[in-house]
This record gives sequence, structure tokens and C-alpha cells, in this order.
Amino acid sequence: MTTTAGTSARGQLRSGTGAVSRARQRARIPADVSLILIGACFVLPLLWLVFASLDASAGHEVRLPGRVSLDNFAAIMTPGLLFQPLWNSLVLSAGTAAVNLVAAVLAAYPLSRYQSRFNKPFMYTVLFGTCLPITAIMVPVYGLFVQLQLLDSMPATIFFMATTTLPMAIWMTKNFMDAVPVSLEEAAWVDGASGLTALRTIVLPLMRQGLGVVFIFVFIQAWGNFFVPFVLLLSEARQPAAVSIFSFFGQHGAVAYGQLAAFSILYSVPVLALYVIVARGAGSSFALSGAVKG
Amino acid sequence: MAVSLRRDRSGHRRRHSGLRRQARLLPVLPAVVLLLVFLAGPVLWAFHASFTNAALTGRNARSPGWIGFDNYARLLSDPLLPLSLGLTVLFVGGSAILGQNLLGLTLAVLMRRARRTVAAVVGTAVVAAWVLPEIVAAFAAYAYFSRDGTLNQLLGGLGLGQTDWLYSFPMVAILLANIWRGTAFSMLVYRAALNDIPGEVTEAALMDGAGGWQRLAYITIPMIRGSIATNLMLITLQTLAVFTLIWVMTAGGPANASTTLPVLAYVEAFKFGDIGYGTAVASVLILIGVVFGAAYVRLLREGKP
Repeated sequence: MTTTAGTSARGQLRSGTGAVSRARQRARIPADVSLILIGACFVLPLLWLVFASLDASAGHEVRLPGRVSLDNFAAIMTPGLLFQPLWNSLVLSAGTAAVNLVAAVLAAYPLSRYQSRFNKPFMYTVLFGTCLPITAIMVPVYGLFVQLQLLDSMPATIFFMATTTLPMAIWMTKNFMDAVPVSLEEAAWVDGASGLTALRTIVLPLMRQGLGVVFIFVFIQAWGNFFVPFVLLLSEARQPAAVSIFSFFGQHGAVAYGQLAAFSILYSVPVLALYVIVARGAGSSFALSGAVKG
Repeated sequence: MAVSLRRDRSGHRRRHSGLRRQARLLPVLPAVVLLLVFLAGPVLWAFHASFTNAALTGRNARSPGWIGFDNYARLLSDPLLPLSLGLTVLFVGGSAILGQNLLGLTLAVLMRRARRTVAAVVGTAVVAAWVLPEIVAAFAAYAYFSRDGTLNQLLGGLGLGQTDWLYSFPMVAILLANIWRGTAFSMLVYRAALNDIPGEVTEAALMDGAGGWQRLAYITIPMIRGSIATNLMLITLQTLAVFTLIWVMTAGGPANASTTLPVLAYVEAFKFGDIGYGTAVASVLILIGVVFGAAYVRLLREGKP
């Protein structure tokens, strides 16, 4: 693709930067075109959601609505169909994120601040925990919940969901905490503050942004989670939006596609907004800060 | 939590330095308890339950009986197991190791060469598919591949024949859908990795007259080897666990033509009410996950001096 650019650059130019920028210029057009083509393929399935939601007589195909209407949105704006499930999603996700944050901060503090022979094995165990395919343990979890009579319980579901994201949350929180210098705390320790007091008054305020990232990361995961509540929450009154969409649209023969698309958009907007907030604040590779930069 | 710790702090005046050091680790407890109860517990329970005839309803639901290796014997003679193992390998290999991985790397490389605005817009489109809740992505993919969906519209517009993808080529449909859904992860990993390559290296290669493909093969790829390995591990584990996408698009059908292991475990346990057998299937999946997970952790440990 840029072979010619490379060789001609070598022949004509002595200054390195010139050669590089020339090569870059040449490579730009094909790169732009291929990116736009790939991007178009990624946008197509999403377009259907937008068009169908505004089309009162929508089907499967992508087409510009003959008449843009908000009928679909009006049709689903009912307490039973939209507000209760969204509220359930909010309770589940916020609860899951809160449990994660508390447990992860408490766990990360000793791991980040004290040298101990347990640290390394513990962190590697946690890392291993991030790898478990959660869908694989859903059948046994269901069995366990039956035995413990925890089926259809919001708190139990919150604690389980929190545990599935906890390894990642601990890993991320520890990375953010390691970035806060210990010297500030040492002063507090000298003044007789206990470790946890120093954590609360000095460390946490300094890693506010990191805590926000962890909270939102877990919230997004929980908000989008379908399989766990699908298996563990049985009564309609407790089901989050992910499950109610499925039971309302997935199990009826004649599907109101426009309403499905409208519902999907309203349900997706919160996580898209949260993702934008985090990506703006912390660089778009935020979700990987825990996973890859071990 | 804090109270018990303070007690230990007063205890430290008695110079129990060893105890005190252990007490420092107390805040880790809540996390450990959660992980033991909700993660290690189910895994261990799974291996136990797979030796019983636990059922969803009826007598065996209340008091499952111990049946030893019967479930596993049945599993080994079940023609569905090799089929769904094969489909799982095809799904992971095709959509993760080949699809997401190569497309993610391609996107990351192209983004470095393209105009900033183009890279940003396309990056947003790719990430949007990934950030969407899984059920929404699954419905969008279902609509895209359905008989009168967008894909057939496009093919019709190009004057090509139309097929009912979800019925005739269910694996092709879920493979492509999962590539669409998950490529963003690999793209982000590789963008971060490429940004860590020092500019001087690329410049030196340019000065020596290395072309684009040569630079990719002899400089870029070797320099991001670690990220490639990590990414392959992570997307393999993520893809092994994909359930919702397949369940919404094909429900494992038609006639088990897209029944991967997670779908098989779910169907056996919840459709046929055979928790014991479903758990045996799940145990196979957990084992695969454990092997890959352990390999990944080792890889990271060795990668660190």
C-alpha cells in the first residue's frame, strides 16, 4: 500500500520528519476510504433501531419512515411496560455498582498499601476470577439459589451480579489507588490516624475520578446484563428492562417492531451517555485499564 | 469492620506484630466472602450437582439423588456434545480469534493513518455496537439478518439472491453478529498498544525504506506481541460465554444447528428441567474457561520481570 511512498521518500528526502509526513499523506486516502467502508457496515444494524423507532408501521428492513412519528414512543410510555422495568434496572445497577465500590475499595486498600505475601497470589486469583465465563455458572447458580431459597430476590441478585464484576472492580480500583502517592497518608499515620481513616479522608477524595470510572463501568455492565436477571428474577414486577423487553417482544408471534426499537433506544440511552462521560474524562480505553495494563 | 480493626490497633501495643499485620488485611474480607459465596460456591456446587439427578420440578427437585458419573456417561454418548463443542470452537475461532482480533487490529492500524475526524467517527460507530446493552444488540442483529431485513435488502439492491440467513446459515449470522458486537474491545486494546510504540522506531523503518506491510510484519506486530496474546485470551473467554446474542437470534436452532455449549447447558437445565445434566454441560464449559484463564494468568506473570 505505501511501499512506493517509503522508497520514494528515501530517495528524495534527507530529513526524517519530511519522509514520515509524506508517507502519512500518501497513506491517508486509502485508510480513510477503508475506514469509512468498515464504519458503514457497523452503522447499518444500528440504523434500523433509529428508523424503526420513528416509523409507526415498521418492519425488519431499514427504510426512511414515510411519516416521522413518535407514536411508538407514546405507545410504550406506560408504567407497566417502561417505567417499572427501567426503575428495576436502575435499582439493580446502582445497587450492584455500590456493593462493588465498597468491597473493591476495602479490598484494594491493603493490597495497594501494605506489603504482604498474600498480595500477589490474591491479585492473580482475582485476575483469574475476571476470566470465568459467567454464563457457564448460571445453571449452578440457579440451583444454588433454589437450595438457599434466594430465587426472585432483588438483594441476592444484586450481590451475585456484584460478585461477577468484583474481580475487575478490585483490579481497576487497585490500579487507581496505586497512583495516589503514599507520602500523604504517612503524615496522617504519624498523627495517629488508622489506615481506614486515612483511606476515607485522604485517599478516596484524591481518586474520585477513578472511583467514578469503576462505578460507571460496573453500572454499564449491570444495566446491560440480560442473562443473570433472566435466570434469577422470576416475577414480572422485579424484572429489569433487559428481561421485560425480551418477554414482551421475544415471546409474542406478532411483534410490534417500531415499539421494540423505541423501547431499545430509551433503554440504551442511559448507558451510552454514561460511556461518553467516562470516555471523555478518562480516555476511551477506560474499560481496559484494569484488564490489560496488569 | 473499622471497630475490629481499631481493637487490633490497641492490641498492637501488646506487640503482636504478626497479628497486627494479619489484621491489616481485614478489609479484604467482604470481597473475599462475596467471591467465595457467589463465585467459588457455584463452581464447586456445579461439580457436585453434575453427579446428581437434580431436576427443575418434581421429586428430584426437592431431594436430588446421587447418580455418580451417569450424567457424564450420558454426555459422552450424547451426539449433541461433539456437535455443540464443534460449534463452540467454530464460534470462538471464527468470530473472536479471526474476526474480532484481525478486524480490531486492522481498524487500529488504519486509524493511525487516517484523518482524525474519520477515525473518531468510525471509532464511535464501532464502540456503539459494543456499549449497547446485549439484548438490544441482539435484537438489532436479529432484524439485520432476518428474512426481510437490511442485509437481504442490500443484496437485493445489488441484484443478488436473498436467503433466510437465520434459518439457512445460522452460524454465519451469529458469527458476523458477534464480530459486529465485539470488535470494539480488540480495537481499543490495539489502539492503546500502537500508541505505546515509540515514534522513532517507525521513523527509522521509514528511513530505511520499509513499506507499509513490512513495517507491520517486522515492527508493529512483534512490538505488540504481548497485547495480542492478552487480547486473544480475553476475547476467547468472552466469546465462550456468549449466550444472549445466540438465544435471541436463533435460540440454538434450527434443529440445534447453532447450539453452542452455553445454549446447550441452558436448554438442558431450563427447557428440559434437567439441572444435573445441564450442570454437567456447564462444568465442561467451566473447565474450558479455567484452562484458558489459568493460561492467561501465567502469561501475564511471565510477562512481568
